[in-house]
Amino acid sequence: MKQHYSIFTLARNAVSYHENWTEAWRSPDPKPAYDVIIVGGGGHGLATAYYLAKEHGITNVAVIEKGWLGGGNTGRNTTIVRSNYLWDESAHLYEHSLKLWEGLSQDLNYNVMFSQRGLLSTAHTVHDMQALRRRVYAIQLNGIDSEILDREQVAAYCPILDCSPNARYPVFGASLQRRGGVARHDAVAWGYARGADARGIDIIQNCEVTGFKIENGKVVGVETTRGSIGARKVGVVVAGHCGVLAGMAGFRLPIESHPLQAMVSEPIKPVLNCVVMSGQVHVYVSQSDKGELVFGAGIDTYNSYSQYGSPPVVENMLNALTELFPIFGRLRFLRQWAGIVDTCPDASPIIGKTPIENLFFNCGWGTGGFKATPGSGHVFAHTIATGEPHKFAAPFALERFTTGYLIDEHGAAGVAH
Amino acid sequence: MLLIPCPFCGKRDEHEFTYAREAHIARPTNGEQMSDAEWAQYLFMRKNPKGVHYERWMHAKGCRRYFNVARDTVTHEIYAVYEMGQPAPAIERENGR
Repeated sequence: MKQHYSIFTLARNAVSYHENWTEAWRSPDPKPAYDVIIVGGGGHGLATAYYLAKEHGITNVAVIEKGWLGGGNTGRNTTIVRSNYLWDESAHLYEHSLKLWEGLSQDLNYNVMFSQRGLLSTAHTVHDMQALRRRVYAIQLNGIDSEILDREQVAAYCPILDCSPNARYPVFGASLQRRGGVARHDAVAWGYARGADARGIDIIQNCEVTGFKIENGKVVGVETTRGSIGARKVGVVVAGHCGVLAGMAGFRLPIESHPLQAMVSEPIKPVLNCVVMSGQVHVYVSQSDKGELVFGAGIDTYNSYSQYGSPPVVENMLNALTELFPIFGRLRFLRQWAGIVDTCPDASPIIGKTPIENLFFNCGWGTGGFKATPGSGHVFAHTIATGEPHKFAAPFALERFTTGYLIDEHGAAGVAH
Repeated sequence: MLLIPCPFCGKRDEHEFTYAREAHIARPTNGEQMSDAEWAQYLFMRKNPKGVHYERWMHAKGCRRYFNVARDTVTHEIYAVYEMGQPAPAIERENGR
């Protein structure tokens, strides 16, 4: 049994100069075969493994990761968590996830530093404000907290936002989700890894999948850089590389991979009390507990697997940022990076079965997957364990591109991450 | 920053261009006979390769003409630029990826 984390454990280890902490998870060699193999050791993959064990009692599971845990988009996003989506299908899925976030640190016995500091989405034109009202009313009808603030209320809630009438991008108002906020991204991956490992799941890093073993249209295992591993079921959760893995299995996805950039400033004293997102001028920002301001914007327009971004996107984002927050104009940048996001035509994920039997894909989260980490893992574990989609995952099947039942969330998902 | 050689204007910075996605997707001529699954393949399914990608660009802030580019999606190296309607050139790459 794993060491339980508590203030007493902390005190006991402090006495021994923190030299006796045990490892948070093992690094076993792969077994010849498993009941389930999860490809991809990011937040979503590890959450899937965790809920397979916790909710469905399936523990003969391996998580295979080509690099290190959380080294992909889990460690590259801007950590925003929210559930203010327009359509019912998305609202159910993301609210399911937000409810899991609210109990996650206790559930995992691992502090994911989930901070529900409130999330403002600003509107800068009359039409922007009309669209925002429509979305807020739809969200309220789904029983999710969301409210409309006028300009004075926005100025009072977030004083450093330029709400003056002669601003370059005048603020007409904003929607506010008070339960929205941020979390510590690495801790989410580590917490799920520790929880999955404690339940007997093997986490195998530095092991890249190079192909699938498919017999009579049915997957029976994976080929990896550490040899062939058998599996009764395989779940693929690899974000930007899902198209590459679908190619290995012989089918195509409606997905194109793009870099999404983010960056942080030098650390400063607390200055920003909430998350601010602007879809109209395309920037979102929050302040980390270290004091760094964390910014992001839209994707680079062209297909790419390179984990760096192009300068025009940075320039546009900084233009928007310094107009909305003149106070940030003299900040210096610390780091800039990009992750490869898997964008779907309708900006909604794909969760479920594939043309290959017993091979399941969870992908297409595009620019907004981090917030969904617990919910995504939860519904995907159900889908793998039972062979049938969870009720919240069912609308997000790959077949929707054949039936035409698209879930167009460009308005909600095209901006915030 | 990409330096894209427009076949009509010469080399220009990427911010002069608009990306127009995967090239050589021919609109079906027998649409009435096609199944929903076949339409899905045409409308939505994409190659999305990690390597050479044949794609369309438009010189939005220049000649405003479309053309095709063969570009590596990992290194961003541009191997070939060719006009619309021409077949995709085979790309022999030295690094063997």
